[in-house]
Amino acid sequence: MSTVAANAPGVAGSGLQDVAASEASLRRFLHGLPGVDQVGLEARAAALGTRSIKTTAKAYAIDLAISMIDLTTLEGADTVGKVRALCAKGRTPDPTDPTTPRVAAICVYPDMVATAKAALRGTDIQVASVATAFPAGRAALPVKLADTADAVAAGADEIDMVIDRGAFLSGRYFDVFHEIVAVKEACKRPDGTSAHLKVIFETGELQTYDNVRRVSWLAMLAGADFIKTSTGKVAVNATPPVTLLMLEAVRDFKAQTGVQVGVKPAGGIKTTKDAMKYLVMVNETLGDDWLTPHWFRFGASSLLNDLLMQRQKLTTGRYSGPDYVTVD
Amino acid sequence: MAKKKNTEEPTAKPAGGLFAYAPAPESSAAAGDIATSYGHFIGGEFVDSSGSEALKTVNPATEQVLAEFAQGTDEDVDRAVAAARKAFADWSALPGSERGKYLFRIARIIQERSRELAVLESIDNGKPIRETRDFDIPTVAAWFFYYAGWADKLDYAGFGPNPRPLGVAGQVIPWNFPLMMLAWKIAPALATGNTVVLKPAETTPLTALRFAEICRQAGLPKGVVNIVTGDGRTGAALTAHPDVNKVAFTGSTPVGRAIAKQLAGSRKKLSLELGGKAANIVFDDAPIDQAVEGIVNGIFFNQGHVCCAGSRLLVQESIQDELLDALKRRMATLRVGDPLDKNTDIGAINSAAQLARITELTDAGEAEGAERWSPDCELPGTGFWFKPTLFTGVSQAHRIAQEEIFGPVLSVLTFRTPAEAVDKANNTPYGLSAGIWTEKGSRILWTASRLKAGVVWANTFNKFDPTSPFGGYKESGYGREGGRHGLEAYLDV
Repeated sequence: MSTVAANAPGVAGSGLQDVAASEASLRRFLHGLPGVDQVGLEARAAALGTRSIKTTAKAYAIDLAISMIDLTTLEGADTVGKVRALCAKGRTPDPTDPTTPRVAAICVYPDMVATAKAALRGTDIQVASVATAFPAGRAALPVKLADTADAVAAGADEIDMVIDRGAFLSGRYFDVFHEIVAVKEACKRPDGTSAHLKVIFETGELQTYDNVRRVSWLAMLAGADFIKTSTGKVAVNATPPVTLLMLEAVRDFKAQTGVQVGVKPAGGIKTTKDAMKYLVMVNETLGDDWLTPHWFRFGASSLLNDLLMQRQKLTTGRYSGPDYVTVD
Repeated sequence: MAKKKNTEEPTAKPAGGLFAYAPAPESSAAAGDIATSYGHFIGGEFVDSSGSEALKTVNPATEQVLAEFAQGTDEDVDRAVAAARKAFADWSALPGSERGKYLFRIARIIQERSRELAVLESIDNGKPIRETRDFDIPTVAAWFFYYAGWADKLDYAGFGPNPRPLGVAGQVIPWNFPLMMLAWKIAPALATGNTVVLKPAETTPLTALRFAEICRQAGLPKGVVNIVTGDGRTGAALTAHPDVNKVAFTGSTPVGRAIAKQLAGSRKKLSLELGGKAANIVFDDAPIDQAVEGIVNGIFFNQGHVCCAGSRLLVQESIQDELLDALKRRMATLRVGDPLDKNTDIGAINSAAQLARITELTDAGEAEGAERWSPDCELPGTGFWFKPTLFTGVSQAHRIAQEEIFGPVLSVLTFRTPAEAVDKANNTPYGLSAGIWTEKGSRILWTASRLKAGVVWANTFNKFDPTSPFGGYKESGYGREGGRHGLEAYLDV
C-alpha cells in the first residue's frame, strides 16, 4: 500500500508522514484541523473583493488572468471541429493584437485529448483532460484508472480527476485518499515522467467549509499537484470564500511540508471583475509564489472573451462589444 | 460662495511584489465645497460667533488647513440652547409619524449624498475612504432609518403609554466617528421629541456642519437641531447650561468624570460612553484564520481610534506561536497611506496630539520590557502616521495593558485556562466590549456570562447595528445607545 511519504516527498520529515497510516489516524488528523467560521470567511472574501484595480495594475492582472485560463469545453456535443476551434482560440486569443498572451491549457474530455494535442503542436499550451468518470465520479476504481491511463496515453499533460464525494461525505476518507494515490500512479508515463494531477472536490456538493478544508489537506497529503473547486456541472461552482479557504490550505501545507500545491477555481467565473477578485485573493493570501499559471488557474470558457474586451478597452480607450472578439 | 481648497495627496505606500496595485484615489473634489470659515448652525441659520476666536481643522494626512471654524462662546451656547428650547414645544407636540417623516427624509438624503459625506469625513478625520464608504456613512443612514421607525411606536417601547421627551439635549461627540456619533446622538433624541444642541469635536467639525445643511434640505423645523463648534470650553459651557435637560457625552473617561461631577445634584439626565481596553480572547480551538481577521479588525479598524477596540489580545498559551505568526503575516499585508486611496487599510492618525499620546505609550511599553514589532511599511512624509504595532511579552502590570492607547497598537497577553482568561479580561477599570474566539458554543456562553463588558462579540468583532444596544460597565460609562434601550436615554421614564 502506498504511503504518504511516497506520494508527497516533502511530507517526509514534516511530522505528517504517519497521518495516513490508518483510517483512524487520517480521520483524527482531518478532524483536528482548525475549524472555519463561515461568517468570518465570507466577510474576508467580500472585503478582498472591494480592492480597486486600476490602470497598470489592471493591465497586469488581465494579462495574467488570460495566461492562467484552462480554456474548457466539456459537453456531450463536443466534436473534433469544436475542440480545434477552441485550440485555435487558445493559441491566438485576440487575432487583432499579437501581444495578447496565450491561455495556459485547453481542457477537454479524454477522447478529445489527441485532437487537442495535435491542434496545439508547437505551442507550450498544455492539454488537460478530465478523468475518473467525470463529472459524477460514479464508477468502479478500475474504470476510473483506465479512464486516466487512456487520457495520459493520448498525450494529456494534466489530469483533472474528481473525488468520490459519496465516500467523503460518508466519512470514508481513507478510500478517497487511496483513490487519489492510485490515480496519481496512473498518471505516470512510460518514460518516467508524470501528468500533472488536479483533484476536483466539487465543493458545491461538500457544502460545509470545514469539509473543504479537510478535503484540501486530504488531497494534498495524497499527492495532488493542484486542488480544484468544481466540475462546472453542479448548481454551485467556484465561489470566492471556498477559493480563499483553499488558498489558505495550500499556504499552510507549504509552511508545514515545503511542498507547493496549485489552486484552480472553476465554474461561474465569467467576468474580468470576478477574475480580478480572485487574483487579489491570491496576491494577499499567497503572494508572488503563486502568481503564475504554474500555480494558479481559472477553469473557464466565457471569461476569456470578457478579459479580451477589457484588454481592448485599456489599449484603445473604447469598449468594443462582443462582436469584436471571436465566438468559438 | 466659499472657496474650495486644493489638497495634495500624500504618497501611497508602494505595494511591492508582482501585483502592485496602482493608485486608486477617490477624488477629493467629491467632498463638495468646503468653506474657508464656518460659524455655528443655530435656529436653522448659519450664524457668526459672538466671539472672534477661530480654530482650524486640518487634513491629518497632509497637515493642510481645510477650514477655520468658530470657537463657541458661552453666549453662542446660550443662543443655541434658547433656539432649541423655542423649537421644543412644537417639535414635541408633533405626532410621532410626522417626526418620523423628517427622520426618514434625513436618512434618504444621507444615502443620496453618501459619496460626498464619505470623502469629506475621510479628509477631515484621516480614516480610509474604504471605511467611510463601506461602514461609517451606511451606518449613519441606518441609524436614522431605524429611529425614524420608532418615532410613532413609542407607546409600544416598553416605557408605558405616551412616554414624554426630556426637552433640550446637549450632546458632545468625539472625533473618531464624527458623523456616526452624531447619528447615534441625534436620531434617538429627535425620534422621541427632544431638540438638540450638538458640539462636534474640535478636530472634526466638517461633517456635522454639512449635516446642518442636510437638516435644512430636509426642511427640518428651525431650532430642532443646532450645531455649535469649539473645543472643550464650548463643551463645558453646553453641559453646564441650566436650560439643558439631558447631557449625552461620548469621549474620554477623564472628561466624562468631570461632566458627572459638574452635573451631580442637578436634575439633568446623563449618559456617558467613555473609554475601553477590550480583551479579545482567543481559545486554542478557535477558527484561526478568522480569528486573525477579527484581531486585525478589532485593533486596526479606524487606526485603532475605537473606544471598543480589541486592544488586548488574550491568547491561549498553547497556540501563541502559531497565532502570532499568522497575525504578523497578515499585518504585513496591511496597506498604510493615503486615506483617499480606495485600497488603503490604515489611514492617518487624527491629530498631532493623538500621535504624541500613542508614541508616549508605546515608548513606555518598550521601556517596561515588552517586545515591539511592526511590519515593514513606508509612511508618507507629511501628516500624522503610526505603523500597525504589536507588543508581545506584555503583562497586566504594564501601562500598555492598562491604559487606553486609542491607536493601532495591540498588546498580546497569554492565559492558560478559561478562568484565567476571564480574570485577566475583567482586570481593568473599563468594561465596554470583549471578544471570544472558539468553535465551542458552550464555551462562548460560559465566557460571555462572566465578562464584565457591555458588548461581547463571539467569533467576530466591531460589529454595530442600530437595533443593538451599545454601552459600558464601570469606567466605560453608563446608559445605552442603540436599539429600544437607546430610547430610554431621551425619555422621561
